[in-house]
Amino acid sequence: MLSVGHMGTLLARRAAAALLSTGSARMMASHGHEVSQQTDMSLPMYWDRLDTPLPDKPHQEQLSATDQALKRKETGPWTQLTKEEKIALYRLMFDKTYAEMKKPTNEWKTVIGGILFFIGLTGLVVLWQTHYVYPPAPRTFDPEWQAQQVKRMLDMRVGPVEGFSSKWDYEKGQWK
Amino acid sequence: MTKKRLVMFRAAVRLSVSGVRSLTRSRPQYAAPLAARCYSHGKQETDEEFDARWVSYFSKPDIDAWELRKGMNTLIGYDLVPEPKILEAALRACRRLNDLGSAIRILEAVKDKAGPHKEIYPYLIQELRPTLNELGISTPEELGIDKA
Repeated sequence: MLSVGHMGTLLARRAAAALLSTGSARMMASHGHEVSQQTDMSLPMYWDRLDTPLPDKPHQEQLSATDQALKRKETGPWTQLTKEEKIALYRLMFDKTYAEMKKPTNEWKTVIGGILFFIGLTGLVVLWQTHYVYPPAPRTFDPEWQAQQVKRMLDMRVGPVEGFSSKWDYEKGQWK
Repeated sequence: MTKKRLVMFRAAVRLSVSGVRSLTRSRPQYAAPLAARCYSHGKQETDEEFDARWVSYFSKPDIDAWELRKGMNTLIGYDLVPEPKILEAALRACRRLNDLGSAIRILEAVKDKAGPHKEIYPYLIQELRPTLNELGISTPEELGIDKA
């Protein structure tokens, strides 16, 4: 019973609701029952960036008892820390190391693959269209019509100097 | 009539040519000193002044964590690799703030700053070696976190 007109109004109503609703209402409408974790952008944030070595806050702010003990040890001479403790202290402050930030992701393969896939899909759609959708070609595409058209153009001397007719040998009656 | 005009015109041209020649001859030779470039007013800061400014920034005895972060992030934003003496002051600031993680991060950051010039980072570590040993800061290579 859903006619084209009905679909149009339904879609229009949904679009209007999406546009006019407030942010939270839109969140609920799009995510359903789950509550998404939104970052409070007004507070200091952590981020891994090559050009910002020291972000606004440490990676780990909730410290377990062992972490707190390690932090206390950090206030003393660092020569007394083991390698593992130093790495642990680094990881408390930071999430990714520079090497991990710079690691290649191979995302480009997905991108190129996706592009080629959709181009291929489009090609299939076009093939189907040419068979099922397009009306028959006009009669001016018939080979007989085309031949007569070429003869007419040659008789008219279309492009006699450097163009069409210049390629035709009028004495021999053939293409040059 | 036309001949006179031609003569006059030729004379005028010759005058202007000679005028141009005299102008170029009288222009003074001006060798601009390196420190005073023409593209901005005011004095240009020398490299030594730049280094000294940053060393004194990080050498503040009661530097706080925000100032350390701000300083480092700004310094890394410049198109240069900081001198060892600036990095030494920054590492000592980390020590005063009891922040080993940031000290190691600074070393990673300057290695990244050097970019394709792979000889800069070993030179920096070589210059910083006394400070690293004194403060007990391990390099990312020693900790094995330089490889992902």
